[in-house]
Amino acid sequence: MRFVFPEHTAEVTPAGPDRRFVLKSLAGAGAGLVLGLQLPSTAQAQSGAAAVIKGEGAAGTFAPNAFVRIAPDSTVTVLIKHIEFGQGPFTGLATLVAEELDADWGQMRAEHAPADTALYKNTAFGLQGTGGSTAIANSYEQMRKAGAAARAMLVTAAAKEWGVPAGEISVSKGVIVHAQSGRSASFGAFAAAAASLPVPADVKLKDPAQFSLIGTDVPKLDSAAKSAGKAQFTMDATRPGMLTCLIARPDRFGGTVKSVDDAEARKVPGVADVRVIPQGVAVYAKGYFAAQKAREALKIEWDNSRAETRSTDTIIAEYQKLAASPGKPVTTTGDAPGVLAKAAKVIEAEYVFPYLAHAPMEPLDCLIEAREDGAEVWAGSQLQTIDQTVVAQILGLRPEEVRINTLFAGGSFGRRATPGGDMVAAAAEAVKAIGRKQPVKVVWSREDDIRGGYYRPLNVHRLRASLAADGTIAAWEHTLVGQSLLEGTPLAGMIKDGIDPTTVEGANDLPYALANMSVSVHTPQVGVPVLWWRSVGHTHTAYSTETFLDELLALAGKDAVAGRLALMGDKHPRHAGVLKAVAEMADWGGPVPDGRARGVAVHRSFNSYVAQIAEVSKGSDGAPRVHKVWCAVDCGVAVNPNVIAAQMEGGIGYGLGHALYAAITMKDGRVVESNFDAYRSLRINEMPEVAVRIVKSAEAPTGVGEPGTPPIAPAVANAWAKLTGERVRQLPFVKTVG
Amino acid sequence: MAKTTLKLNGSTREVDVDPDMPLLWVLRDELQLTGTKFGCGIAQCGACTVHIDGVPQRSCVTPVSAVEGQEITTIEAVTGKVADAVKAAWIGLDVPQCGYCQSGQIMSAIGLLTENGKPTDADIDEAMTGNLCRCATYQRIRLAIKDAAQRLAG
Repeated sequence: MRFVFPEHTAEVTPAGPDRRFVLKSLAGAGAGLVLGLQLPSTAQAQSGAAAVIKGEGAAGTFAPNAFVRIAPDSTVTVLIKHIEFGQGPFTGLATLVAEELDADWGQMRAEHAPADTALYKNTAFGLQGTGGSTAIANSYEQMRKAGAAARAMLVTAAAKEWGVPAGEISVSKGVIVHAQSGRSASFGAFAAAAASLPVPADVKLKDPAQFSLIGTDVPKLDSAAKSAGKAQFTMDATRPGMLTCLIARPDRFGGTVKSVDDAEARKVPGVADVRVIPQGVAVYAKGYFAAQKAREALKIEWDNSRAETRSTDTIIAEYQKLAASPGKPVTTTGDAPGVLAKAAKVIEAEYVFPYLAHAPMEPLDCLIEAREDGAEVWAGSQLQTIDQTVVAQILGLRPEEVRINTLFAGGSFGRRATPGGDMVAAAAEAVKAIGRKQPVKVVWSREDDIRGGYYRPLNVHRLRASLAADGTIAAWEHTLVGQSLLEGTPLAGMIKDGIDPTTVEGANDLPYALANMSVSVHTPQVGVPVLWWRSVGHTHTAYSTETFLDELLALAGKDAVAGRLALMGDKHPRHAGVLKAVAEMADWGGPVPDGRARGVAVHRSFNSYVAQIAEVSKGSDGAPRVHKVWCAVDCGVAVNPNVIAAQMEGGIGYGLGHALYAAITMKDGRVVESNFDAYRSLRINEMPEVAVRIVKSAEAPTGVGEPGTPPIAPAVANAWAKLTGERVRQLPFVKTVG
Repeated sequence: MAKTTLKLNGSTREVDVDPDMPLLWVLRDELQLTGTKFGCGIAQCGACTVHIDGVPQRSCVTPVSAVEGQEITTIEAVTGKVADAVKAAWIGLDVPQCGYCQSGQIMSAIGLLTENGKPTDADIDEAMTGNLCRCATYQRIRLAIKDAAQRLAG
């Protein structure tokens, strides 16, 4: 059936040449979330929000550029263009500014930047947004230049005031010093004077050897507020007269409201209104509890004539049929089918990966206050440019009339970044349906979140290979079957020759010498909305490739580490670097405690390289118990090693929990799981001890939010195979073992 | 609707709400104490953990009528040696990532260390298993509890 995108695809693809999303550049293979959008011309104009920020300069604050604000009290506030949801951009981007500004870490602050694409676009995307583990990579020079420009202007102001050459002035830890005359001053003392100076056109950046903050574990700027219940999330935001809105959504994807009886719902004390909106039936009330009670009292008949009504078991069986024959060619080297046809023995494996929900700790939510001439949004906005455009479309405004306040988000893992802006669209429709009379906060219950779609797609992979007499891999054939993330969305232009790069990334760029290799893909149409999920295609491609390779090495009698290194040769030094590092950390080949085994996996994603070794035993429930994980990462220059380690720990925990326990299943189109009781999450007693080593590198920094996730599941599977002889080919583990 | 008198964070507060309303929504929607978080609504995630008579409880499944007269403490007002040690350890180890679950984690950790000044790994597992962290900050949570125990012993 046709791909169904239930919420607002049409509305975010506006008609008319000037407001149409136009593709500018295509994502390269393996590039993941590199979005190439040319923005509507109206969105490129500076927004009112930016004007407000600029106005701050008048109050004695030095605002040399879009990113740095130095107040008379010497505090330095960095406007962070990436959303902070735990991956660390508040600290990381502020570090880059502080480094070149020669600030003291104690004077640094961070705030989310407003939505303003011209000022705050992600230079890897062309729109304002966070994803693809790009925050540090795309900000590295930009933030340093912003800090260096501010420093140069402060120095010039001091030189003028003191009547000394600027070249004699030094800056260290937030103090401007002229040693010869014994004069010194804080940044605040020259904030006003610096504000009247021209911004230098070009600034010189430090040699990395001079770095004093980059490469150190400066304390995170958001830890204190988050350890006191003071951090403000969208769930905590409120406005005078605000209504809380819960939406009753169709029980199947693609369903619509046929009829609704809201008589009982309207009787619930505290209920203000009930309206049908494109997303379902919206219930407005004073507070969550009344809205929840009223929603339960609705009697709704759904029209499922265009809905997806298959069960996941049926979809899997259909995918398995497709996987039996090659799909659209992705990568072809040599003649894998020919070699396999003549091979004495063909090794085959079929893998099944379930749909997965992101289930961020803070359920989705969005608060909008709207008038006829403008709107203000409070949300954990991950793609501000898209969210701004979507809200504007629905409310009949220009994008610059929509002010977005990006708040801390309680996790995302990709969920808050939909190409159609589903989260803000629901709130915009809800506020529109009551005539913009009151501010409305739409809140997803946990059940709404788990059953709400936008899942990591279900995938089936089939791999076939043969070995040469010397144990080398003679042929490798990989057929993938999975829904496209991009088809039917404003980002469909990233699909190249019918191939969605986000489906095949990680399968088509293996670091191993494979003379005969064929990778192909089928992209079936299913009416379940799908989305990138922490590490996107790598979530499944790393698993099938790294476990199948492990199986082939074992069959050839080769060591899992030495065998991989031999296949890498000297062509993949960074893969080899992390693999050697992790083997050394774990004393690979050394003694392993009784009843345990170790497995290894290595994978590149988002231009970062990660290798992991997992030590596993059989738990009392028969399922894998992961005791320890060693992790080596090469992400170029390490801006904050502590944050990098935290992202590896978190990425491992996130990947492990889903691989062991989690699946979204459907019966006749209805999602079975609804909360953390059935959609099982990793808990503290299941978290392995994690040791992280950051491989020293002078390469440009790359991301760490996602790359820690792909290797853990295959590392555990490879350990499990060594321990039990059983190759797990269907996830989650608890479905097939234990 | 019914008037309910709560002993909350050291003072007395009166609310006029449905007696079935979970304490969580009384705190958040009626009293604007938003440090206590909504995560699941069915006592599966622990983000809503508060202290009732000093014991960690899930406020999302606790009807407000059931806690009338009992001492309720939320993250905003939890104080004392143990609370200070736990918060200092949390900040020192940069435990939070997204931070959304951490109010609940901290309330559970304070409850544990109040009862048991030297928890083993098994004690930590037992006390903290009800608190989900989707960012999987568990390793640092464990280290922070041990660090807080040391601070208290020192």
